[in-house]
Amino acid sequence: MQSISTPILEADGIGKSFGDNQVLSDVTFSVAKGQFVCIVGPSGTGKTTLLRALSGLGPANSGEVRVNGRVVVQPPAELAVVFQDYSRSLMPWMKVGKNVELPLRRLGLSREERRKRVEQALRDVDLGHAEELYPWQMSGGMQQRAAIARSLAYRPEILIMDEPFASVDAQTRADLEDLMLDIRDRLGVSIVLVTHDIEEAVYLGDKVIVLSGRPASVAASVEIPLGTGRDQIETKSRPAYLELRAEIHRMIMRKSDTVAPQRAPR
Amino acid sequence: MNRLSQLGVIVLVLGAWQVAAATGQLGAVPTPLVVAGAVLGLVLDGSGWGPLAETLASWFISLLLAVVIGVIIGFPLGVSRVTYRMSVVTLDFLRTIPALVFVPLVVLLYGAGLQSTILLAFFGAVWAMVMQTIYGARDLDPVARDTFRSFGVRRWDTVTRLLLPTALPYMATGVRLAAAICLLISISAQIVIPAGGFGEQIVVHQLSGALPEMFAYIVLCGVLGMAIDSTFRWFERSVLAWHPSHRKVSS
Repeated sequence: MQSISTPILEADGIGKSFGDNQVLSDVTFSVAKGQFVCIVGPSGTGKTTLLRALSGLGPANSGEVRVNGRVVVQPPAELAVVFQDYSRSLMPWMKVGKNVELPLRRLGLSREERRKRVEQALRDVDLGHAEELYPWQMSGGMQQRAAIARSLAYRPEILIMDEPFASVDAQTRADLEDLMLDIRDRLGVSIVLVTHDIEEAVYLGDKVIVLSGRPASVAASVEIPLGTGRDQIETKSRPAYLELRAEIHRMIMRKSDTVAPQRAPR
Repeated sequence: MNRLSQLGVIVLVLGAWQVAAATGQLGAVPTPLVVAGAVLGLVLDGSGWGPLAETLASWFISLLLAVVIGVIIGFPLGVSRVTYRMSVVTLDFLRTIPALVFVPLVVLLYGAGLQSTILLAFFGAVWAMVMQTIYGARDLDPVARDTFRSFGVRRWDTVTRLLLPTALPYMATGVRLAAAICLLISISAQIVIPAGGFGEQIVVHQLSGALPEMFAYIVLCGVLGMAIDSTFRWFERSVLAWHPSHRKVSS
């Protein structure tokens, strides 16, 4: 049994460049078991690049990512990714149930076990009725819930999410945010969520990693002591929440003022 | 309205043909009524079925070969950018050669028979299948690919649940194109060589001056072509119900 303080995911001096364009430089942080970590930064800071390095989809040029102490060279088995673009991440030729079942096929489960997991995961995201629908027959919010269900059915230890709620409407977004908090509380999964939205980061995170600069590095790592049982209205009107939000906002603004817009020297 | 106007155009064309032919404006061309009578004759006395079987055999076997070999060649070329770039000029050259230029060669090698028409039709159609398969394999969505990779989906599942469905719409178009080309070249080769089927019947009846029968076979070629095309369109719709161009969206 791991204690809460043992990092399940560690990014250690991650650097990444595409040709001459250095995107990430010395990004270091860690995620504890069951922790909800939000990575926030303005558009174009390399958040998606970082996420690809974390998930083993696009390995870093320098530094290393460790999951449960093992260095990541390809997507680790204990990790699942939820992509921003659900319409491309769900296969249009498979019904929702088959999409959710997809990652289970290599786990050596019996047919009944797979069925149970699919049904359970769909119920967890309130899509129990949607198994026989095609993804394109559902709304955007439902599609992203189906993508989340697919990750849950896989029962990962770490869930990595890339701007998962960027293309749904505000009400759906709030519902999905609360769904993710609930999932973390019930299933104890660690979540790394990338977003450009500071409010979202503070509302969801136990810890917010502020990514900024060019190349991007960790400008700050802010603990968010808002506890569990967060509420869209109550939490967001607490002074502590507002202070943290303003503080992170200032950090991002200050950092981008001091950094020249040109390409950084190598 | 739509069906009715389509039918109206047909009636109009046939009417004009009937009037022109009956008044002697079209020379030796028989009237549509006479041609219709000849078609009926071919169907009823059974003399049309043998040639039909020969044309269908050439069409079907050449199509089967074109599809299977087209996919086998096209898929590996499409999944890797390097192999595609290496082979694109060669492919462009080969697919612009008209299949019928090989008539003397295949007749020399295989004589005037089914084998020759199959080879020619295959050569004409296989490129459509190769190119469509290449396009299909190249159309892989990066997000879908990352999704499969991130879950560590097994290789076989990746082929059957990602690569094939991605390429399927293109391949279906390839099959429909290849089916049309195979019929076209099968009949053309049967005329030119001549080598059995509808094609040879057209030549034979022209030489013997039986023009109504010649036109009857030409009409049958058209009917066969339409039947094949609509069959494959129906097939495409049913296999690709999930594809955006065929969806019946409820939301």
